[in-house]
Amino acid sequence: MSRISKVFQSLKAQGEGALVGYVTAGDPEPKLTPIIAEALVKGGVDILELGIPFSDPIADGPTIQAASVRALQAGTTPKMVLEMVGEIKNQRDVPVAILTYYNPVFRMGLDKFFGLAKSSGVDGVIVADLPVEEAADYKEAAETCGVDTIFLAAPSTSAARLQRIVESTSGFLYLVSHFGVTGEQAAMEHSTIQLIQRVLPVTRGRVPLAVGFGISKPEHVKAVIGAGADGAIVGSAFVNIVSRCRSNVHQMLNEIEKTACKLKESAKQHNA
Amino acid sequence: MKSDKMRKLSSYPVEGKFGKYGGRFVPEILMSAIKELEEAYVEAREDPSFKKQLKYYLSEYAGRPTPLYYAENFTRKLGGAKIYLKREDLAHGGAHKINNTLGQALLAKRMGKTRVIAETGAGQHGVATAMACAALGLKAEVYMGAEDMKRQRLNVFRMRLLNAEVHPVESGSKTLKDSINEAMRDWVTNLKSTYYLIGSVVGPHPYPMMVRDFQSVIGCELREQFLQKEQRLPDALVACVGGGSNAIGTFYPFEDCPEVQLYGVEAAGQGIESGKHSASLGAGAEGVFHGMLTYVLQDNEGQILNTHSVSAGLDYPGVGPEHSFLKTLQRAEYATATDEEAVNAFCTLSREEGIVPALESAHALAFAMKLAPKMRRDQAIVVTLSGRGDKDVEVVADFLGVKI
Ligand SMILES: Cc1ncc(COP(=O)(O)O)c(C=O)c1O
Repeated sequence: MSRISKVFQSLKAQGEGALVGYVTAGDPEPKLTPIIAEALVKGGVDILELGIPFSDPIADGPTIQAASVRALQAGTTPKMVLEMVGEIKNQRDVPVAILTYYNPVFRMGLDKFFGLAKSSGVDGVIVADLPVEEAADYKEAAETCGVDTIFLAAPSTSAARLQRIVESTSGFLYLVSHFGVTGEQAAMEHSTIQLIQRVLPVTRGRVPLAVGFGISKPEHVKAVIGAGADGAIVGSAFVNIVSRCRSNVHQMLNEIEKTACKLKESAKQHNA
Repeated sequence: MKSDKMRKLSSYPVEGKFGKYGGRFVPEILMSAIKELEEAYVEAREDPSFKKQLKYYLSEYAGRPTPLYYAENFTRKLGGAKIYLKREDLAHGGAHKINNTLGQALLAKRMGKTRVIAETGAGQHGVATAMACAALGLKAEVYMGAEDMKRQRLNVFRMRLLNAEVHPVESGSKTLKDSINEAMRDWVTNLKSTYYLIGSVVGPHPYPMMVRDFQSVIGCELREQFLQKEQRLPDALVACVGGGSNAIGTFYPFEDCPEVQLYGVEAAGQGIESGKHSASLGAGAEGVFHGMLTYVLQDNEGQILNTHSVSAGLDYPGVGPEHSFLKTLQRAEYATATDEEAVNAFCTLSREEGIVPALESAHALAFAMKLAPKMRRDQAIVVTLSGRGDKDVEVVADFLGVKI
């Protein structure tokens, strides 16, 4: 069993949901990413998700688009991000997943990418624009290096496709909560709960289920964990803190840690 | 007829692949929509009533067939092969774009979609989308880069006159590639009600195949017209390549005729060495962008590069996957023309023939001006004049340093 699955399993045994925390690596500058990661983990993030910035992030809303621009302007490269994972792993024993788009991976070459991922200790990779149909070579390269391939499912995914995706995914299944792009939401759509209930019977006993896109407040986390998901993925809420506090790193780290702590509390309380 | 079709190189790309190019590299959330689109399109293209409808609008609304004009003065000036012009500039809206937008708007209606979104660079595809939607009673919303809106104010107003809503795109480089990104973001958010009407042979399967089919009317007509005039096939076809739709529409009915040379012409901008160009096939590398595996202008890290061309319609860092396939097969050759060569061809055709070509099409003409003198007088080239140049008059004056 992979590191990522193990974390889900042991949290489940304690009656807790997992908090997966995302930030765009290199935002606002590469040297801050390991420090930001440390604040996330200190606050209670169970699994780190680091974004390799891409010039054309079609699945992302304005928050992560702006973070990608800042990270690229600061000179962030895919190789740097993979190496950062090594640095983070030296400080903390936390599973790390990389989230990106396919072109940076394709450009580096699958074998080289996964080779580097493996040597840096990356546990899983998520590619936002790579559906299972196009992923045969990618999956093979990842498996050779023992890295999880985390696939996404969406509200539009049919029952037949869901089966296929669940068979392909490892580490966890990333469930997109609603029709739309990433970004903070004031209220969670009610359909998200129904979606979780539709997907759970397919994932249960096979692979952990984590829900993302628009999950940004403690009550959202509580609701998705309460509905039976194994984890909640929070991204834009953290990225917005990075953006807002980029001239005051001390405050940034403080707020990240506090926010992570509140979110994690809600991931624990679902059984209460 | 049917088996003949099946033998074609790329008639129906299996899993959306032309060789290894193309495919469906999109977020999972879009997979159901592009599969629904593929099914709807395949059904429509076999349906006589859909074909009849399309034919009706192409002739009665868009003014097809467009003429195949023998450019005698231009030919004489170049002193080589005969040059014919396929006059897409005379289609409604002043460009080939209407062939595609009518086809897709009819399909959108058939699928019961009420809202159509599109991207546009120079505004030509936006205008053609607005026209087709107005004619068919659909609501059109067009994404356009904020930079492009400044450069092409006239087309912005034109789209609004045609009852389309224009949304400025402020992300990224604020040009064509970003307006495609923004249209895709809209699509994932409004999947059920919305039809995404893409403007070239790009994007995930089935778009490259479908847009090619709709644009093939160019090549089918010119084949018949040329046969009638010369009792044979032309020796060479020349078309400009942005996303590649007018070129593939020209080439496709000839892909199986090896005696016909196919030339696609990309924008070399200020010269390939300058880095300021948009020659994806000429200077790019294989990559995955906007849902397809194809040649892409990108840096060593796989980030997509900004492009440059004096003609906004060629200013795109990717290219249709079928062109990448034809390049690899060496079935088509891809050349480039610089801004300066295109402006020169723009002026030459205007002066010699009284036809003001679009700057995009002027790239094809610039290459034909080099090719024709190397060929015999009894040979013939057909250049696809993808659009008219009224929209470019200001840009050309500016380029030549003329105050108007
Ligand atoms: C007149 C004209 N020609 C050519 C193009 C390039 O598109 P494509 O390569 O898809 O034909 C455009 C695009 O806007 C155009 O307006």
